[in-house]
Amino acid sequence: MAKPILDVENLSVDINVPSGVLRAVQNISFSVARGETLCIVGESGCGKSITALSLMNLLPRTARRSADTLLLDGQDLSSLREREMSDLRGNAMAMIFQEPMTSLNPAYSIGNQLEEAMRRHRNVSNSEARDRAVFLLEKVGITGARGRLGQYPHQLSGGLRQRVMIAMCLMCEPALILADEPTTALDVTIQAQILHLLAELRDEFETSLILITHDLGIVARVADRVAVMYAGEFVETGTAEQVFNAPSHPYTQGLLRCIPIPGKTKRGAHLGAIPGIVPNLVGRLEGCHFASRCPHVHDACRSGQLALRPAFEESHHYRCVLSPEACAENLKSGVAA
Amino acid sequence: MSDPVIEARDVTRTFMIGSGFMRAKKPLHAVNGISLNVERGEVLGIVGESGCGKSTLARMMLGLLTPTSGTLHLDGQLVGSADRIEVARILQPIFQDPYSSLNPRKSIGNIIMLPLRVQKDPNPETWRKRTEEIMDLVGLPTRVFNNFPSQLSGGQRQRVAIARALINRPKIVICDEPTSALDVSVQSQILNLLQDLRAEFGLTYVLISHNLAVIEHMATRVAVMYLGRIVEQNETGALFETPMHPYTQALLDSVLTPEPGLGVPDTHLGAAYPNPVDPPSGCTFHPRCAAVMDQCPKQFPPRVAVRGGMVECHLYAGGAGKKARKGKKNER
Ligand SMILES: Nc1ncnc2c1ncn2[C@@H]1O[C@H](COP(=O)(O)OP(=O)(O)O)[C@@H](O)[C@H]1O
Ligand SMILES: Nc1ncnc2c1ncn2[C@@H]1O[C@H](COP(=O)(O)OP(=O)(O)O)[C@@H](O)[C@H]1O
Ligand code: SF4
Ligand SMILES: [Mg+2]
Ligand SMILES: [Mg+2]
Repeated sequence: MAKPILDVENLSVDINVPSGVLRAVQNISFSVARGETLCIVGESGCGKSITALSLMNLLPRTARRSADTLLLDGQDLSSLREREMSDLRGNAMAMIFQEPMTSLNPAYSIGNQLEEAMRRHRNVSNSEARDRAVFLLEKVGITGARGRLGQYPHQLSGGLRQRVMIAMCLMCEPALILADEPTTALDVTIQAQILHLLAELRDEFETSLILITHDLGIVARVADRVAVMYAGEFVETGTAEQVFNAPSHPYTQGLLRCIPIPGKTKRGAHLGAIPGIVPNLVGRLEGCHFASRCPHVHDACRSGQLALRPAFEESHHYRCVLSPEACAENLKSGVAA
Repeated sequence: MSDPVIEARDVTRTFMIGSGFMRAKKPLHAVNGISLNVERGEVLGIVGESGCGKSTLARMMLGLLTPTSGTLHLDGQLVGSADRIEVARILQPIFQDPYSSLNPRKSIGNIIMLPLRVQKDPNPETWRKRTEEIMDLVGLPTRVFNNFPSQLSGGQRQRVAIARALINRPKIVICDEPTSALDVSVQSQILNLLQDLRAEFGLTYVLISHNLAVIEHMATRVAVMYLGRIVEQNETGALFETPMHPYTQALLDSVLTPEPGLGVPDTHLGAAYPNPVDPPSGCTFHPRCAAVMDQCPKQFPPRVAVRGGMVECHLYAGGAGKKARKGKKNER
């Protein structure tokens, strides 16, 4: 396999909170190849945004990151100083937030901001930067782009702003784009358009994409590889086919039973549920993080540290004491959370 | 047999919107001529993009907003002339945001019994017991009776809102995006609860959601809204299997089910949602429509009755032809 664009091993993030140390992200490992899309999926509070922010080195001051390996295109991110890191942001790696106004400045025209995003990192003339801005705005589906350069963010709808944000991300042809819930605030119709666009651009520019979402539908449709996150850990990783067609971890199985699927779920029938709440992440959790909500929990689940173990197929892993055979049996019998 | 509990006739609601400093205000037709029955015992789903007027319609049904024109009848009585307390006894809301819709300074018990107080229930000595009963029914431990909203999880707060809506046994519950702020594992519990309570009390629901999978699962009939109008309405099965209006078709195409390998469809919905103050001419959907014809920008489309419902589109002007398309599920 070719060298990955991003290689992460045992990434952890601890956050200091009044009651102690909140272990927001715990020893997650993954890599992303060129042109590949990794989706990180999980419910609110599981650590998705903190993971993204830690890669961008944009963590809150109270947070501390550690990792055994953190390589972007072979370059060790953990050894970089903030100045060098800020050279990379928007350049080799760029981030799209749920709310585009997080990154767009209301006081400047969109043309201005797009051009500036390029001039900060590249030695280009004003007209070169402008031409690229127009080219990319058109690429992201904004018609009459040259005439719109003078518009301000507030003059655009949410969907258009997110398109501008994507164009801005692409100004310096980043090797990696991190998108954190990029379509969560948008209507389903606009969501489909934006995701379609991201997939097209990824293919055209061979960009690698880490897409973070709580929406399993999005994940199934855009991911090459999937990481299911629960309480700071990856609990299942694999290709989209493996995770959706043969979910192994009781949490993944439970999540997939919770959502109604038109044409598949019997209309009006009871949906699956995962009773209980996410454990408190302050302090060290013993055993399986899902134990307090798992329908298959037994004594062995509650002690030690569980490692990711291989499922039946290569590159498919899950974190649970149950054997692959037992997991497959649970999936078939429908006894899940 | 038709037995409507809510009847809307040509209901409109217009807001006057300032279009900038010193400029004249312009009308925004948030709800623009809606006629609709909610039948006893059904779950009427209302879908459409944000800003299409769903909440405005709901607030008029609840008597929280008066129609600019048209009439709304609730159980035979004209809303507006009916006593507010009488309306509240028949109809209760559940809103999207379990954070802002609960008073943070009131205890859970007091929040849930509020309707009894407002509706001047004659038996205050029973309030505590009835509150505990309904808490039990919606799955809230009675030990949180004296807690405050901030001490509960999002799912629990939505249960509080449901308990409050149901404590005085209304006939109809209007749920405006009841699970949109919740994680899926909590959403499924709330949806299951709504189903159980409906069976238990014989409730009628108006369920507003932008999540089509939720609507498909819960609703018995669906109305699709676009720019203040209902553009298609039918039984849930028919609407999802053979959507007629091009907008309904595009909406259904946008649903991303968790099935790998299907990719993200191109919905062909080119332009963005139009500015409602300055809606397109003729059929207001025409700038985004994949099937647009010559007459669409010129004439308002006819409202065509079809089997089980209606559709408002020029494609069906000569009667419900063969233009309805099979749902994408069947296509594949
Ligand atoms: N600035 C912060 N201070 C303290 N705790 C935080 C902060 N940001 C996030 N957390 C906590 O870290 C955990 C992970 O949060 P986050 O990554 O935002 O979750 P997600 O994006 O998956 O919803 C949560 O328990 C959250 O409460
Ligand atoms: N109080 C109000 N004043 C002015 N405009 C309003 C008001 N309430 C709603 N609107 C406008 O009416 C339209 C419909 O809004 P709403 O009913 O909230 O839509 P939905 O619930 O479908 O998202 C929108 O364009 C909205 O901006
Ligand atoms: S380790 Fe035990 S508690 Fe955890 S998911 Fe597996 S069976 Fe459930
Ligand atoms: Mg987040
Ligand atoms: Mg609304």
